[in-house]
Formats: sequence, structure tokens, C-alpha cells
Amino acid sequence: MSVASAFMAVLRRDLLLGLRHRVEIINPLVFYILIASLFPFAVGSDRSTLGIIGPAVIWVCALLAATLSLDRIFHADFEDGSLEQLFLARQPLVLLTSAKVLAHWLLCGLPLIPAALALNALYQLPVTSLWPMLTTLLLGTPVFSLTGAALAALTVGLRGGGVLLALLILPLYIPVLIFAVGAVGNAMNGLSIAGELYFLAALLVLALTLMPLAAAAALRIRLG
Amino acid sequence: MLESLYKYAAPQNFYQLSRRLTPWLAGAAALLLLAGLAGALWFAPPDYQQGESFRIIYVHVPSAWMSLFVYVVLAAAGITGLVWKVKVADALARASAPIGAAFTFLALATGSLWGKPMWGAWWVWDARLTSELILLFLYVGYIALQGAIEDRRMAARAGAVLAVIGLINIPIIHYSVEWWSTLHQGPTVTRFDAPAIHISMLIPLLIMALGFKLYYAANVLVRMRCELLEAERNSAWVRQLGS
Amino acid sequence: MNSLGEFLHMGGYGLYVWGAYGLSAAILIWNAIVPTQREKSLLRELAARSNGRSGP
Repeated sequence: MSVASAFMAVLRRDLLLGLRHRVEIINPLVFYILIASLFPFAVGSDRSTLGIIGPAVIWVCALLAATLSLDRIFHADFEDGSLEQLFLARQPLVLLTSAKVLAHWLLCGLPLIPAALALNALYQLPVTSLWPMLTTLLLGTPVFSLTGAALAALTVGLRGGGVLLALLILPLYIPVLIFAVGAVGNAMNGLSIAGELYFLAALLVLALTLMPLAAAAALRIRLG
Repeated sequence: MLESLYKYAAPQNFYQLSRRLTPWLAGAAALLLLAGLAGALWFAPPDYQQGESFRIIYVHVPSAWMSLFVYVVLAAAGITGLVWKVKVADALARASAPIGAAFTFLALATGSLWGKPMWGAWWVWDARLTSELILLFLYVGYIALQGAIEDRRMAARAGAVLAVIGLINIPIIHYSVEWWSTLHQGPTVTRFDAPAIHISMLIPLLIMALGFKLYYAANVLVRMRCELLEAERNSAWVRQLGS
Repeated sequence: MNSLGEFLHMGGYGLYVWGAYGLSAAILIWNAIVPTQREKSLLRELAARSNGRSGP
């Protein structure tokens, strides 16, 4: 099997499995909207307050929802031994891992974007924040999936791995959070968001080049 | 040079060397710390802006320097262990984590104690303190990962990957936090920085910094010996130590 | 600085300055004692093991 077709095979398999276990995809999404809608109950529904906290809440909740879904990249495959098969395949592990990360992003990262647009309406944010919210999520969520995959590979199969994974990953998400919320805030104030978008794009490129390697190395270590 | 490096990469040789070195390092560290203490608390003149509270800098700045230095050592040792499979390097990485976390905590606590009279609050989201807080999270994560993986060899290798990811992220986090704090911070807040420093203030700081460094060296050697004793408990050289 | 009282007072910042130095001393000393004790107990354990039974 050629490298490209192996990549496509892993991608197709993971997408099919994800669509078959739809609940696992939908639950983080429901969690996302649920947590974000808790805040108005706590701070009040005053429009100006919601306008201030809105972008931050939408982004922090997206970050939590992304963290919640990380476990599924490798966990089930580790349990049923198919990760072992991936490890033994002749094709480079980096590439097969990348396929899994891509599948994870398509299933768990991408759906966060329409949900965020709904939340944008829920928080009565101005239309000017729609476009930057969309772009920052489009640039930021792949970073979450890529970085998350490396750490999910490190913690796969460990007792209490879920909380440990959150503990390891959340500090690394801080730069994305800073630039993304900064961009949305700037747009709402009528300022340029180019700087923040460049930074997010740079983070994405960095994650894209390094994290699949780290994930493959981590899997090699964990599978012994 | 290279030959002796090979020699002391072997756990038993390293163990003996470290037993001989530790008292000297610990003694030198104690002397330097005492001298630095005298300079910091007595000989250095009070700062004309911050008064006597500026003396906190003599423990805060060395702790902050060490917190970063130890993380770099940890990651470098991790890579060495991962690539060349050196057991002593694995022990160095693992032994460094709690000391680094202690230095980081100390930098945060003393920063907070300085901030209370200067800023009027125990905590201000100052770029440097915030980066230090995130560094503490990185240390805690590393220690938690070491605790979660029972097999020591695997824990060391996994820890190395984590430390490298952390090391790449530290400058990114630092600069993004700096960017963030310049956007959100009023210009009136004084930065927690060593003031334009006079030589009589600088010398105690350098002595303290060197003292902290030697303290770390002595402390990490003891911790490494514990790690090696536990990791190698069934090997011949450890058995011989007992008899 | 003329008197001990003034020295301890630290120009009104006594609590913070001595707090910072006290905390640093406590952490550094505790951090040095713990591994030293651990090594001792490990060595004791080793000695007990090799005295208790000869051979593996």
C-alpha cells in the first residue's frame, strides 16, 4: 500500500468510526454550548456585560470542549489493540498519526465553529465579531488537535489519564487563547486583527510541523 | 575528557563521584548563601524608590532565574536520556523536577510578598509573574506524568518528550503573555524588575545567584543518588552498597 | 541602620521582607532535608536486605 493510500485509509476508518459513534462527537459539542450558556445565569443577562465576557467565554469553553474530546484520538484504538497494528505498519508512523489527528479535527474541532456562531448570537455579540471568531477558530482548533494529540499519545492508557491530560495540555493552549480573544476584541473595537491572525497562523504552522513528530515519538514510547 | 564522561555515565561510578562532590558543593553553597544574605539584608543600601522592600529581589530574582535554568537542564537531560539512553541523564531529569518546582513556587511567593506593599495587592497579572505561574503548571504536569507511569524507563522517556514540548512552548508562552499584559495593563504599574542597579546592590545579587546554583547542584546530586538507588535496586553495584 | 529594632522593622516593610526570606529559608532547608533522609533510609533498607538473606 502506498503512503498516500495508507493515509487515506486511516483517515476514512477514523471518520467512519466517529460517525458510527455519533454520541462521542455530539457530547463535547453539547458540553460546549451548555457550559457557555451557564455564564449568563451567573453574571446576569445585561447586554454590555455579555459583550465584554462573550468572546472570552466562547473561546475558553471551546478550549475545554476540545480538551474533553482529546481522549478519543487514541484511547479506543489502544484498548482494542488496533494502535499496535498502526505501530507495526510499514508506512511511517508520523503520517498515520497525522491522519488520525486530521480525522479528530474534522470530527471534533470543525463542529465547534458553527456552535461558536450560535453562541455569538446567544451572547448578542455584534456582527463585526462573527468573522474574526470564525477565522480564529479555524486557525486555533487545529492547533488544539495537533498539540493535544501529542499529549494524548503520552498519556494513553494511564489511570486517571483524562484529568492528567487536561493538566498537561491547558497551559500550552494559553498563547492560542490570548491571540484569538485579542483578535475578536480588536475587531469589536474596530481595530485591525492582522497581527493576531499572523501569530495564530504561525502557531498553526509550528504545531503542524512539530506535533505529529512528537505524537509519533510519544506513541513509540507508550507502546514500548 | 570524553573518556571520563563515559566513565561517569555509568551509574555506579557516578554514584561514587557524587558522594565525594556533594559535601563540597553543599558547603560552598551554604557559605555563598550566608555571604549573599549578609550583603542583601545589611550591606546593600535601600533603593531610593522602593525602600527596604527592594531587598526581596535578592531571593526573588535568583529563584526566577533558577526556575527557568532548571527546566532547561531537565529538558536537556531528558533528550540525552532519550537519544543516548544514559541512565544518569534520566535520573538528572527526574531529580530536577521537584527542585525546579520549588524554585518556581518561591519566585511566585516572594513576588507576591513584594507586590503587596508595592502594588497594594498580593497578585497582579504582571507578565513575569504570570509566565512564572504557567511554568509552575508545566513542572506540576511533568511531576504528575512521572507519578502516573509506573515503569521508570518509560516514565523518563515520556517525560523527555513532554519536557521538550514544554521547552518549545516556554518562549511562545512568555512572549504571548508579554503581549497580552501590555494590552491590558495600565502604564502606572511599576514593573517588578531590578531597578537601575548600583554595584553595591549588584554584588549581593550575583553572590546569591551563584549560591542558588550551587545549592541546586548539591541538592540534585542527592536526589539523583536516590533515583539511581531505586531504579537500580536489583543490580550488583547497589547490592554491594548494602553489604 | 543603628539598632536591631530598626533592622527588623525594614523601613515598614519588615513583615514582607522577613516573610520572603523566612519562606525561602524554610523551603530551601526542607528541600535539602527530604532527599538526604530518603537516601539514608534507602541505604538502611539495602543493608537490611543484604543482612536478612544472602543471595537474591
